[in-house]
Amino acid sequence: MNDEYLVDIQHERLSFFTPAGEVKALNDVTIQMKAGEVLGIVGESGSGKSVTAYSIMGLTADNGRIVGGTVTFNGHRIDQMPETELRKIRGKEVSIIFQDPMTSLNPVYTIGNQIGEAIKLHTDKTGDEVTERIKELLRLVGINEPEKRIRQYPHELSGGMRQRVVIAMALACEPKLLIADEPTTALDVTIQAQILELMQDLQKQLGMGIIMITHDLGVVASMCDHIAVMYAGEIVEYGRTDDIFYNPRHEYTKGLIRSIPKFYEQEYERLIPIEGQPVDLLNPPAGCPFAPRCDSCMKICLKQKPDKSVFDEPHYARCWLNDKELFEESTKGSTNE
Amino acid sequence: MSKYIVKRIIFGLATAFVVATLTFFIMNLVPGGPFLSEKAITPQAQAALEAKYGMDKPLFEQYLTYMGDLLHGDLGSSVKKRGYTVNRIIAERFPVSARIGGLAIVVAFCIGVPLGSIAAYKRGKILDNIIIVFSTAGIAIPSFLSSTLMMYFLSTKWKLLPSLGLNSPASYIMPVAALALYPTCYIARLMRSSMLDVIGQDYMRTARAKGVSTVSSIFKHALRNAILPVVTYLGPLMASLMTGSFIIEKIFTIPGLGHEFVTAITSRDYPLIMGTTIFLATFLIIMNVVVDIVYVFVDPRIKLR
Repeated sequence: MNDEYLVDIQHERLSFFTPAGEVKALNDVTIQMKAGEVLGIVGESGSGKSVTAYSIMGLTADNGRIVGGTVTFNGHRIDQMPETELRKIRGKEVSIIFQDPMTSLNPVYTIGNQIGEAIKLHTDKTGDEVTERIKELLRLVGINEPEKRIRQYPHELSGGMRQRVVIAMALACEPKLLIADEPTTALDVTIQAQILELMQDLQKQLGMGIIMITHDLGVVASMCDHIAVMYAGEIVEYGRTDDIFYNPRHEYTKGLIRSIPKFYEQEYERLIPIEGQPVDLLNPPAGCPFAPRCDSCMKICLKQKPDKSVFDEPHYARCWLNDKELFEESTKGSTNE
Repeated sequence: MSKYIVKRIIFGLATAFVVATLTFFIMNLVPGGPFLSEKAITPQAQAALEAKYGMDKPLFEQYLTYMGDLLHGDLGSSVKKRGYTVNRIIAERFPVSARIGGLAIVVAFCIGVPLGSIAAYKRGKILDNIIIVFSTAGIAIPSFLSSTLMMYFLSTKWKLLPSLGLNSPASYIMPVAALALYPTCYIARLMRSSMLDVIGQDYMRTARAKGVSTVSSIFKHALRNAILPVVTYLGPLMASLMTGSFIIEKIFTIPGLGHEFVTAITSRDYPLIMGTTIFLATFLIIMNVVVDIVYVFVDPRIKLR
């Protein structure tokens, strides 16, 4: 364990126990993040990006359990903490912005009530102090007329406004870490930019760390210091933003980058999709999980999991293509069989 | 909102008018009449009785007379219970039924809502299964069975409770329990399914992420959202329970309105049939307006216009 990291996840394994069997949602995930950094986690649906982030605040569905590894946040061993202790951290030291602001606010309570709830739970503030703090927060996230908004219900606000309210709610107790789970996916494109800008401003102002979960590489490119690319519950590539964009070393990352629309490309150029379906986490394959969809798949990819190959610290990827020596060795081994 | 209420009252009056008209003509379409009983009377006597109650006149004239009286709030006199006006019968019998029905609703609400919430919260666990089994059974068991069983054990065998009348607080227990069984179980099931839906909502996850405890997230965030279907059900439920149940009133010998309503029909007591039907319909209409108004207080998204 190392105190210099705000988030220190070591070899985390997390499974959901369903009637159909054990779904291995996270497989040996290791993430380290310093205070004040912005980390992007990208990957497609079901890759485990949300599960990883939620497990930092101990927020896993009832049937999910950490079955291996450690999760440390701000000096707390989250994987060993009882629910009552976790509650004291949630909303105070770490908070979260969910994807859809239309559904993540309770429709029957006022904005003020919902923002105030976290303040009342985690601070000694009462009465007018809470109201003042709510107004301050609303101003901080760029909502006009806070006196009026405080008494309004979620349905009386637009989508962008609601997402600002959700952000205000998350910032209520000045958390050290803000988890943003696809905060712009449900918003209009014009509003998306505003919200991202707001988050960047706030991050600089308050010096908090942000984990940005998204499948939009454009979002991470503009905001993040580091990027973790997840696939089938594993981090397949990790590095500084520049490493990932200019020197991707995993076939999946390359595929993701190829599928971004390019501004300067000629009109008839088609986007290149990544063919195939994500793997079934009920029965994960023995080899590299991306192998069945990979254009450069080799024999060994289907048999054995690739190890980390480190390039330019901290940049690493898990792909046999980066491991010429091992690759040659193992092909020799397989021909002998 | 006041505009809405005025509108609803106008619609309500129109509905009551339609109900009154339909009841009047359908009732008269059915063969037979109040004076055809097992004891044969002379044609002269029958003619005299019909003349006394105005039934010798053409049907449409009878209808106009009745509606005229209705506008003055006069529901006429009972044909069978001599000397009683329909207004008086309702005034005497309704409070009895309303008391039992009202108590049954309070019981059903206070037990059904927590039971359904617990079942939803513990979904898939043993407690949930127990609640499901019992609430399904409670819906399936007819009230005459549950009340006779209760009567057999609690009054006849163990002599714990009085078996008839409403003379002491203890005598309320069995009729209220028998009446509340079905709605309790129904509310529990309604609450369970709507609570399950609400628990899966994103804002419940938001509440958890804020550090709200599970219990307070259920009480504060889920309950108010999940209770709407129950509120909807309460309107017609109040109308049907508070106007009396024939079976329960018959079994426990309670002088309520439900009993009166059914006997009025079997004995063709025309004015009483009309009176109780109109009263029931009006009560139902009022209860539905009340439910609509309650909605506004439960869910701010609902606006009445």
